[in-house]
Amino acid sequence: MIGWLRQHVRALRLALRRFAAGGTLSALVIGVALALPTGGYALLESLRGLATRASFDPQISIFLKGEVKRAEALALERPLRADRRVAKIRFIPREEALKELNAVQGLAEVTAALGQNPLPDTYVVTARGEDLDPLVADLARMPGVAHVQSDSVWARRLAAIASAGRLALWLLASVLGIGLVSVTFNTIRLQILTHRTEIEVSKLIGATDAFIRRPFYYLGLLQGMAGGAIAIAIVWISLALLNREVAVLAESFGSGYRLTFPGLPDAIIAIALAGLLGWLGAHLSVSKHLRQIE
Amino acid sequence: MVNFSAVAKRYPGGQEALKDVSFSIEAGELVFLTGRSGAGKSTLLKLIPAIERPTSGSVIVNGQNVASLKRGAIPYLRRNIGLVFQDQKLLYDRSVYENVMLPLAFSSHAPREAARRARAALDKVGLAGRENANPIQLSGGEQQRVAIARAVVNRPSILIADEPTANLDADSAARVLDIFVAFRQVGVTVLIATHDLALVERYAGRILHLEQGRVA
Repeated sequence: MIGWLRQHVRALRLALRRFAAGGTLSALVIGVALALPTGGYALLESLRGLATRASFDPQISIFLKGEVKRAEALALERPLRADRRVAKIRFIPREEALKELNAVQGLAEVTAALGQNPLPDTYVVTARGEDLDPLVADLARMPGVAHVQSDSVWARRLAAIASAGRLALWLLASVLGIGLVSVTFNTIRLQILTHRTEIEVSKLIGATDAFIRRPFYYLGLLQGMAGGAIAIAIVWISLALLNREVAVLAESFGSGYRLTFPGLPDAIIAIALAGLLGWLGAHLSVSKHLRQIE
Repeated sequence: MVNFSAVAKRYPGGQEALKDVSFSIEAGELVFLTGRSGAGKSTLLKLIPAIERPTSGSVIVNGQNVASLKRGAIPYLRRNIGLVFQDQKLLYDRSVYENVMLPLAFSSHAPREAARRARAALDKVGLAGRENANPIQLSGGEQQRVAIARAVVNRPSILIADEPTANLDADSAARVLDIFVAFRQVGVTVLIATHDLALVERYAGRILHLEQGRVA
């Protein structure tokens, strides 16, 4: 048992030494390549957070036609309140909407130039339940309604973009995963060539195959894990920089929204996965190339 | 200790290196394998640690038939056989001491015990002071002695050397052979292939003469 452990410690130290001598550049290549899907994943998770938050409180805006009189507009309140699918309603008269618009810096001059108020009277309806489509259709048929816009459409579009993005990311991650395996395969191949004499001599004087393979497996594992760690670092730094800009943008919408960093479990999974792929590359390389040395 | 019976070795391409070779070596014997180059000496030596497998016949080493040994068992066979090659096969990217330590790395000795054994082996071949030198800095005879130290560091029961004195001057050659004889005196079975008959005559060893792949 102690002997076995000693063998592994020896192999690991050897692998560390070889990694320090020439594996760091490969790890950097792997890291940059993996940063792409990892960063994409982080962005998508942020986007999904945005999508779910939006649909959490489904709102429908009902824009009335410009020629609708105030009394007619207010008359719509009763049937709206009577609808069981509607939780809350708020009427925004066109004057108030204009006032809100004017409050936004710089827009007052624009609206003043128009001469008249271009905005319609609006109802903002908060719906009960998830399925908004029938309600939206019914609302659109009410008299005097010009246009009904459901936030959930945006939420759904966002979710659709996110899921398409996720699929694209998986494809990207698969391709780059294969890339990682090949980079490791090649690194290990070069290592085997470099240490050919040592391997030959070791075999002649009684080294087992496992003994000879072990340092290469560790090297593949280390290189993969280092690549994964570099990818995570790149993503964190990029997100931190992006978040400064996002914060400014979000605050202009009165939102505290930020891009979310991949959590510690995600980081550990990414590093472990990269290590596993490195190990796989080493395995393929060692199986192919060590057999040629007898 | 080593028993060949009706061993033949044919290389791919039809070249017959050994034909119907039978002999036996007892534990603690000193045997010189002589013959011209091309007589099959190297092939015969390679059969013992299973570097080559016989085409037919059986090679028994320490009671094991090497001819039918599984691949996975070969390393353990080799650990009990000290091998010295004509070209030494030292690693020039590390010190003399680290070269001698190499076989101890895969038999998982405690570090202190391994260091002690490596020093003892270097001491026995008269290189105690050269531990930190690179093999490239040593003379041919000294390099061959490093190879011997590496071969005996695991305390094998059989020591096999293929032309260990081929590239050495007479003095160095005698010194190297003296070391082999000294191991024989502590009970190690020693088998040395050489074409230098003059040198062999100075030692009280049995001679196994090969001629065109047969024991003559």
